[in-house]
Amino acid sequence: MTDITQTPNAPVPSDKPKGGSLFEKDPRTKRRNAAEGRFKMYGIAAIGVGLLMLVVLVTNIVTAGMGAFQQTFLELDVTLLESKLDKKGNRNIDDIKKVSTFGYAPLVSAALESEVEKLGIQTDLKPKKMAGILSKAAMAKLRNYVVANPDEIGKTVSFRFLANSRVDGYIKGRVTRASIANDKSISSEQLDFVDQLIDAGVLYKAFDPDFIFGADASDQRPEAAGIGVSMLGSLFMMLVVLALALPIGVAASIYLEEFAPQNRLTDIIEVNISNLAAVPSIVFGILGLAVFINYMHLPTSAPLVGGLVLTLMTLPTIIISTRASLKAVPPSIRDAALGVGASKMQAVFHHVLPLAAPGILTGTIIGLAQALGETAPLLLIGMVGFIASNPPDGIVEGFLSPNSAMPAQIYEWSKRADPAFYERAWGGIIILLLFLVTMNTIAVILRRRFERRW
Amino acid sequence: MNDMTRMERTVNSKAIKIAASDVQVYYGDTHAIKDVDVEIEDKTVTAFIGPSGCGKSTFLRCLNRMNDTIDICRVQGDILLDGEDIYDKRVDPVQLRAKVGMVFQKPNPFPKSIYDNVAYGPRIHGLAKNKAELDEIVEKSLRRAAIWNEVKDRLDAPGTGLSGGQQQRLCIARAVATEPEVLLMDEPCSALDPIATAQVEELIDELRKQYSVVIVTHSMQQAARVSQKTAFFHLGNLVEFGETGQIFTNPVDPRTESYITGRIG
Repeated sequence: MTDITQTPNAPVPSDKPKGGSLFEKDPRTKRRNAAEGRFKMYGIAAIGVGLLMLVVLVTNIVTAGMGAFQQTFLELDVTLLESKLDKKGNRNIDDIKKVSTFGYAPLVSAALESEVEKLGIQTDLKPKKMAGILSKAAMAKLRNYVVANPDEIGKTVSFRFLANSRVDGYIKGRVTRASIANDKSISSEQLDFVDQLIDAGVLYKAFDPDFIFGADASDQRPEAAGIGVSMLGSLFMMLVVLALALPIGVAASIYLEEFAPQNRLTDIIEVNISNLAAVPSIVFGILGLAVFINYMHLPTSAPLVGGLVLTLMTLPTIIISTRASLKAVPPSIRDAALGVGASKMQAVFHHVLPLAAPGILTGTIIGLAQALGETAPLLLIGMVGFIASNPPDGIVEGFLSPNSAMPAQIYEWSKRADPAFYERAWGGIIILLLFLVTMNTIAVILRRRFERRW
Repeated sequence: MNDMTRMERTVNSKAIKIAASDVQVYYGDTHAIKDVDVEIEDKTVTAFIGPSGCGKSTFLRCLNRMNDTIDICRVQGDILLDGEDIYDKRVDPVQLRAKVGMVFQKPNPFPKSIYDNVAYGPRIHGLAKNKAELDEIVEKSLRRAAIWNEVKDRLDAPGTGLSGGQQQRLCIARAVATEPEVLLMDEPCSALDPIATAQVEELIDELRKQYSVVIVTHSMQQAARVSQKTAFFHLGNLVEFGETGQIFTNPVDPRTESYITGRIG
C-alpha cells in the first residue's frame, strides 16, 4: 500500500534513452553539421571575394578619376588693350571678331609678365615661354569674353585661366621632371616657374565645373575637355528610348500575356523575344546602321538614331520584365473583375496594370540604365564623333544634330594619346556610374514602396 | 444533420432560371464534365456537392462562361438562361457575367477602397447616373451583404485590410451591386472560420429572396443547411439531382448514399 501511495503518478525515469542521448550528437549529425558549416563558409567566402572586387574596383575608379573634377588654374589680371583688339576704336563687333585667338596671346603674355613683376618672382623665362604653362583654351576664353563684352576693352579684367595639362599633371603628380626630359611642350624651367607661382598663391588646384557641364576639347587641350555635351546626347537618346520602348514594350507584353492565344505562333514570338534579349548589342548597331542610316537616311551621329537603336535593344528587356510583373498579379484579381462583368480590357487596365506598374517601371528603369551604358551600337552609327561645340540650341537640334553619348565619350577619351585624357575617361566613368546607381536606386525604391504582396 | 430542418423545404414549382442539358466540358483531351442536365430554379439555392475534382466548380464556371478564359477548355451542349443559349455566338460573355454574378473560393477584393470595390461594377455598367445614386447602390449592396454596419465608417479603407469573413462578404456585396439575376458561389466559405461561415450562410438564405443562388460546397452540412436543391457530382457525372431533403435522407443512387455517409469522397 505504502509503495503505491508514495509516487502514484510520478513519471518513471528510464535508466537510459533508447536511441542514445539527445545531449550527445551522433556521428551522422556531426557530419551533417560539418557539411552545413562548410557550405556556409563557401558562401561567405564567395560574398567576400565579390565585396573585395567591388571595393578594389570602386577605389580604383575613384582614385583614377577624381582628378578629372579638379583642374589647375592661374589667376591673372589681363589688360584688354584697345590697340590690339579694336584698332579702329569704334567697338564694331565684326571688327573685334576679326582678331583670332592668336591675337590674344600677346595680351596674356604681357599680363603674365606684369604679374611676375608684381609678385617679385625671379625667372629667366621669356614672357612667351611663361604663357606656355597656360592652356590653349585660355586665349579662347579671353576672346569669348571680349566678343561678349566689347565695352570692357581698354580695362583690366581678372581671369581664372586653365593651366595646360602638363602643369596640371605636375601638380597632380602625374608629370615629373624626369618624365618631361623629351617633352617639347614643357621644360623644367617652366616647372620651376610653376613652383614659384604656387608659392605666390596664384596657381592652384580647384573644382572645375566645366568637366561636368562642358564640351569635349581637341587633342591639344585635354584640360578643357568636358562630358556635359555628351551627357545631353545621352539624355536625348534616353528620351527617345523612353518614348518608344515603354509604350511599345508594355503594349506588346499586355497583348502577349493577357490576350494572345496560346499557339505555335505566340510560342515562336516568345522564344524570339527571349533570344533578342541575348543578342550582342553590336548586332543592333549594325542593324541601326543598315536600316536607319543607309536605308532611311536619318542623320548620322544623331541622338535620334542612337535612341532608335537603343530602343530595339531595350525592348526585349522591357517586354520580359513587364510580362513577369503581369504574371505576378494573381489570377484571382482578373477573375474578380471578369466576375462582375468587366471586359477583358477593363480587367487589365483597371486592375492588372496598376498592380503591375511598379514592376513595369522597375524593368523600364533597368532597361534604360542598360541602354545608358551601352557603347558598341553607338560606335557603329557614328555617335562617337568629336563634338567640341557648345550644347545644342533647341529640342529639335538636340535630337538631330550630331552628338556623342557618355559611354562613347569615355571610349573616345580612353583611346587618345595624351595621358591627361586617361584621367578624364575615369572621371567620365564616375559620372556614368553615378547615373546608373541613381537609376537603379530609384528602381529599388519604387519596387519596395509600391510592391504589393499577397 | 439537425440543421436540415432549419429551413422550410417548401419548394414550389418556380420558374426555371438556368436549364443545362447534355453539357460536356473538355480540358484538352480530358473529358471533365459528362452529359450533365440540371435545371436551376429562380429564387432558390441550389447546391453542388461532390468529392474534389468531380467537376462541380468547372460546371459552375460554365454558367457564366468564366471557362472562356481558359484556352484549352471546350464546352458543348446547351445552357439556357431564361431560354437563351449563353454559348450562342451572339452572346457577349461580358454582358452575361453582369447578369450572372460570381463569388469565388478565396476572397479576392480588389486592392482598392471598400467603396471602390463595390462601386466598380455599377461604374463600368453605368448603373448610376451620379455620385448620390452610386452611394446609394454601394450602401444597399453592403447592407444586403450584411457588412454595412462593420464598414460604414471606413469606406475609404482598403478592402484587403478586412478580415477573411468580411472580405468574402465584401465580395458578395460587390457581386450583388451589379444587380445580377443569378449568383454563383464557388465554395464561398472554404477559407472562412465557423463564425464567418455562419454569417455568409445566413446571407445566402437572405439573398434567395431576390436571386437564384448556385453554391458549390465541400461541406455536406452546409449544403443541407442552405440549399433547397442539391446536385451530387461524381467523376464528372451528375449522379443525382433533387430536393435537398430527399438527397440527404433518401438518396436514390447508391453512390450518393456512399458519399453522404462518408464512404467515398
